[in-house]
Amino acid sequence: MPTTAPPAHALSDVTASDGTLRRFLHGLPGVDAVGLEARAASLGTRSIKTTAKAYAIDLAISMVDLTTLEGADTPGKVRALGAKAVRPDPTDRTAPATAAVCVYPDMVATAREAVAGSGVKVASVATAFPAGRAPIAVKLADVREAVSAGADEIDMVIDRGAFLAGNYLKVYEEIVAVKEACGTSARLKVIFETGELSTYDNIRRASWLGMLAGADFIKTSTGKVAVNATPANTLLMLEAVRDFRAQTGVQVGVKPAGGIRTSKDAIKFLVLVNETAGEDWLDNHWFRFGASSLLNDLLMQRQKLATGRYSGPDYVTVD
Amino acid sequence: MSDRLNVLKTYKLYVGGKFPRSESGRVYEVTDSKNRWLANAPLSSRKDARDAVVAARKAFGGWSGATAYNRGQILYRVAEMLEGRRDQYVREVAEAEGLSKSKAAEQVDAAIDRWVWYAGWTDKIAQVVGGGNPVAGPYFNLSSPEPTGVVAVLAPQESSFLGLVSVVAPVIATGNTAVVVASEESPLPALSLGEVLATSDLPGGVVNILSGRTAEIAAPLAAHQDVNAIDLAGADEALARELEIAAADNLKRVLRPQPVDDWSATPGTDRMTAFLETKTVWHPTGSLGASGSAY
Repeated sequence: MPTTAPPAHALSDVTASDGTLRRFLHGLPGVDAVGLEARAASLGTRSIKTTAKAYAIDLAISMVDLTTLEGADTPGKVRALGAKAVRPDPTDRTAPATAAVCVYPDMVATAREAVAGSGVKVASVATAFPAGRAPIAVKLADVREAVSAGADEIDMVIDRGAFLAGNYLKVYEEIVAVKEACGTSARLKVIFETGELSTYDNIRRASWLGMLAGADFIKTSTGKVAVNATPANTLLMLEAVRDFRAQTGVQVGVKPAGGIRTSKDAIKFLVLVNETAGEDWLDNHWFRFGASSLLNDLLMQRQKLATGRYSGPDYVTVD
Repeated sequence: MSDRLNVLKTYKLYVGGKFPRSESGRVYEVTDSKNRWLANAPLSSRKDARDAVVAARKAFGGWSGATAYNRGQILYRVAEMLEGRRDQYVREVAEAEGLSKSKAAEQVDAAIDRWVWYAGWTDKIAQVVGGGNPVAGPYFNLSSPEPTGVVAVLAPQESSFLGLVSVVAPVIATGNTAVVVASEESPLPALSLGEVLATSDLPGGVVNILSGRTAEIAAPLAAHQDVNAIDLAGADEALARELEIAAADNLKRVLRPQPVDDWSATPGTDRMTAFLETKTVWHPTGSLGASGSAY
């Protein structure tokens, strides 16, 4: 049968209808939960020391999406965060800048100004973050506002209600619409809120759904629920992006967010990335940490490595 | 004859209200004064010291913010718990220091009395070293003692229990939190003290007890940027000098080792005031007229 246009990728036909999408997602192999958690735990026992640790800490700092998503955010707080993202350790100019600052849409302009000319990106959550319970028109308006205010990256939340109800096509179409609203200037991160998806099978399905819909990044969580990024769910998503690239040639980034607070945790995640997705993802274009307090711990560890003395919270900013 | 097996105690560290083994997994043999094996004690590493400082820092806000009266009650409770374990401490001190049972009992009694004495000081030290200052203006000017923060305490090497209590109690009585390095040769009374502290309402992390080589644990503590003061009671002259140099880096308060012939002598308030800072505030209101406030 002749086709008018070549398929975008090998999987283009699975999104033709709700039925084909469901068949595809439910046809994904089931997740061996015990095996997954054991694998994540065993990779977490790698010992990363001295020069490798220094490399990992600098890499992790460069991957941080420095985040403030509070109702109490003020322009002053966002400016302070921007300054910290550009120069995390003012006493040591060799410390790399973070990847981005992540704020609410109404703070994008302020953040843009604070990081201007530094190469630090501005990410904005959108689509009625964190619940995602708003009409699609409102969600798209939210996205367009953020993009026009200068956001380089949009962190959207999926409609978990629709996903859990099995309405996969609705979720898919929403992501496609948001991707379109992002235009060519903004990269799209899709948040699944893994803590609300109940099962590892659902996380695998959501990952594939997001990637099929054109996500540039898949992200674990909003940081607003009890269970956020864990080594196991991040490992599962890393496997998904690896398999997706193998099948389609399209590379998608991963962003664990929420609950990663120590350098030790961050380094464990980097080990997962290297061992699962591979070195191609060890770059802040393809892997990010959504975090706020993590950066201070990374800086304290960095100071410890540089001076040989343990540092303390008096030597990093309070935020 | 009974053929019951001995239940030997595994001595562990006391950090953040818990009883962990050393992160390094190491232990060393503790012997009595006649070189007979008593127990294995954890041989702490610098990472144990680091964890202890984190625990002490976390506990500082709550402990320094507790009312002096409440701190006094809790410290008195510690003394009550010590009293209940008196026989155990008498045995441990006798073995550790090679004392007769009656001499060891004297040491333990003096230590418990010392603890009660410091418990009484918690809500009195402010009146002694603080107060209203007369100034040349119509203001109030007040000085009050404030705890320094996290204090690293190298416990005396010889006096394993009375000496230990004499250096730990004054540090926490005023609201500091402590990381204590037990006597290297006889750490067992100190490690047992952790069990008493854990059961006396003292918040976890206020006192953290490490055992091992004093020089090995003290070096990272002296250089640690998040330790505010260090008591060098258990360091010899060469080590004290080295630690004082390291401590100067973040302007730690340093209490140099002082010769103590008799730990049972009345200690005075010096060990408390060594780890206090004085906060002076000008009260920005003028004098009140006969009609009341000037506002």
